[in-house]
Order: sequence, then structure tokens, then C-alpha cells
Amino acid sequence: MCLAVPGKIVEVIEDPEPAFRRGKVDFSGVRKDVSLAFTPEAKVGDYVLVHVGFALNVVDEEEAQKIFEHLDQIAAFEEMETDPSVPGETGEPIDVSPPDRERTEEEVP
Amino acid sequence: MKFVDEYRDRETVDRIAGEIRRVVTQPWTIMEICGGQTHTILKSGLQDLLPPEITLVHGPGCPVCVTPVELIDKAVAIAARPGTILCSFGDMLRVPGSSRSLFDAKADGGDVRIVYSPVDAVKLARANPDKQVVFFAVGFETTAPANAMSVWQAAHQKLENYSILVAHVLVPPAIEAILSARNCRVQAFLAPGHVCTVAGFEQYEPLARKYNVPIVVTGFEPVDLLEGVWMAVAQLEAGRAEVENQYSRAVARQGNRPAQALVAELFEVSNRQWRGIGEIPASGLRLREPYRRFDAEERFALTAPGAAESPDCISGLVLQGLKKPYECAAFGTKCTPERPLGAPMVSSEGACAAYYLYGRHEKGRD
Repeated sequence: MCLAVPGKIVEVIEDPEPAFRRGKVDFSGVRKDVSLAFTPEAKVGDYVLVHVGFALNVVDEEEAQKIFEHLDQIAAFEEMETDPSVPGETGEPIDVSPPDRERTEEEVP
Repeated sequence: MKFVDEYRDRETVDRIAGEIRRVVTQPWTIMEICGGQTHTILKSGLQDLLPPEITLVHGPGCPVCVTPVELIDKAVAIAARPGTILCSFGDMLRVPGSSRSLFDAKADGGDVRIVYSPVDAVKLARANPDKQVVFFAVGFETTAPANAMSVWQAAHQKLENYSILVAHVLVPPAIEAILSARNCRVQAFLAPGHVCTVAGFEQYEPLARKYNVPIVVTGFEPVDLLEGVWMAVAQLEAGRAEVENQYSRAVARQGNRPAQALVAELFEVSNRQWRGIGEIPASGLRLREPYRRFDAEERFALTAPGAAESPDCISGLVLQGLKKPYECAAFGTKCTPERPLGAPMVSSEGACAAYYLYGRHEKGRD
């Protein structure tokens, strides 16, 4: 029920009444009219998550990469550890914690 | 599709599963709240990739499953009224009421229509001024902005023939109800990503502190779910209990402010009955006074006397993570998706239907 599907905005249709701001969103070739009332910042080219006809947010592309970058870092650490041809790195501790993510307010430095 | 395919990549999933195996040292029980997440876990067989120490239990985050039987009965009663169109999301139609479902009402000649969005129901009201159009507004925080917008548009366009039957529920009070139960065995939660896209996750912070449980806001694809489990296990193993955000590409701590503002204008917090669980204080939404005339229960002065559940259904225990679907005597025999006794066997996001669909019919296979 709470599923939301990412799609790319190909056209924004402004309206004098912000509640009727909308756009055309492409979902792998299927285009649908989507309300942009809750995403006033959304623009053409942005990916939005769409739920029952409403865009709920603009997908943050930088955050989307974090897990893949982090796994690559772990793999690189492990390679260094197991490869004796990389002097000085052998025995270095591997950072195997999950990627650094937003935490509760008190935890954010 | 970008932001979908890469999060279903088998190799990435295997790598994260390996990291979870590396960090886990003892048994942990983790609950995902959202039925959409339950569905992905069962469909993708993620439980088979996890080390035996990790038990995933499935929470009450399926609106179809927790909408009280009284409201199903009221929707059926509305559908039977002449000159009335009852609009609903498709998966509500097979949910059993006390004696009948919305499908039964449709078969008996009731005008029941499936819509994709509540604003489609508003359009239907505009096109049919001589009929009353009622939208069955079920859902969690994710769906509340769309349902609020439908009423706002109806008010804005002076459509007096539109109303909603409200069955809105909220996630944090449900988590608190599960945590405060004496027999609670959940040690960490995966919080529902899209609920938090709308509502943010500030409300989860006091829960994590009060009950000393890690809560990880998590997305819906296999990579998301395994990363969420990884983050929860890392917290449990380190003795931490914080709110973390795995789904940062879609969720900000403060949520979606414009959506929250519209929901707050139209709705106020109220007590709600949860099917199979009972009343949870301040766990739902109802229309505020200026918009109360759009409330179908008030408009049609509805009562649902004698609302009754099947005595064979243990869905309340399943929804609280206390029983697995296959521990129910009726599972797969008297109760199937074709002939469901309880709501979790109806929606594909219900735990019982997901277990049935993906062959998890006995212990040892979950």
C-alpha cells in the first residue's frame, strides 16, 4: 500500500494555485500525470518517488550512491589486506561497519 | 529503471549478506513494520541469505490488514445505498467484513469502483453531481497527504457530493504498542521508508531512547532491506539504540513539510481500532471540524452493529510478530488468498498471503 515508484520528470505544468502544480513523469517509457503539489522544488530531469499519483520527494542522487561506494571501499580494504605486495597495509583494521548514515539528532557531530 | 535495478543486484545483496554474517555473534529478532517490505523479503527469499542468528518478524504495516472490520462493514453498507459510488484502492475489495466483502457488494449490484488515486474519486464526484461519491480512505502516513488533498480539492471546488470513509493509522503508536506488550520479543525495528518520506523520523527518536531499541529507516528493495538489517545488527552488537536512516535517498529527518502541513490542516490525531490488535490511543487520523462534513460516517450516520471476526483467525498475533502465519491451524487450508478468513491473507503485503504465495508453509523455511 505504501509503495512508491521512482520516475523522471519530463515536463512541469505550473498552476496559479500551488495545490494544482503537476508534471508528466516517465516510468521506463510509461508517462503519467503526477501531482507536484508536495514537491515545489521538483524540476524537469529530477527523479521523484510517486505514490497514488503524488510525488512525495525528489530522490537524492548523491545519497543513492553511498551503499555501493561503501561496499567498494570494504572490498578495496580486503584486497589490500590479503595482497602481500602492498607493503604497510597488511594488518590494517578493516572498516566493516555499515556506511555512515544520518543518525538521531544528538549523534550528529 | 534507475533507483530500482541497482537495488535488486544479486551480487550487491550477497556482499551485504556476507557483511551481516561477519558482524553477527548472537541471536537477534528484528521486525520490519511495512507490508511492502514483508513482501520483498518473502519474494526475494532474503531470509535464506541471512545467518541463522537473525530472525525477521513481520509487523502490522499493512493498511488492508489493520482496517477494522466495522469499517469494512460500513463500506459495504455505503456500497449498497442507491445513488452512491464507493471508490477504493483495489486490494480492499476482497477483505472480509463480518459477513460480506466489497466484492460481494459489487456482485449484488452495488456501484463499487477501483481507483488509482483519491483525486480520481474527486473527478468522479464532479462528473456525477447527482450521485454521492465516497472514497475509502485507508492508509498510513504515506497516503494521508493524497487523501487530504482529495478533500481539500472537494472543498475548494464546492463538491458537496464527495466524502471519505476514514481508516487512517499512524506507525509510531503501533511500534509503541508492540514494544510495551509484556511478551514483546522484537529487539530492533526497520521503520517504513515511505511513511518517513512524508512524516520524517523525529517521532521515532523518543521510542528508540525509551525502549532502548535500534530503529533503522529502511527502503523497499532487496539491497535496502539487507543494508537496513546490517545497520540494525551493527547497532545491536555494539549495544547502541539509535534512529538511523538507511533510506537517505528518499527520506529527510524532517520529512516532507508541505505534505505534513496539508495533512495537519485537514486531519487531527484520534484513537483508532486496529483489526486483530484492538484500540491504540492516538494512533490514527480523523477529519478536523471544518472538514467534518466530508466524513462519510457522519454524512450517512452509519453504524455497524455486531461486527465479528472469524474465530479461526489468529491474525492479531501474526500482526504483532508473536506468531508466524504457518502456526495458524487455518493457514493454507480453511484460509487461502482465494477464500481468506482474515485480512493478512488478502493483500499481497499481508504476512499470511506473502507466506502462502512464496511457499513458506512450515517452520524451518522462514
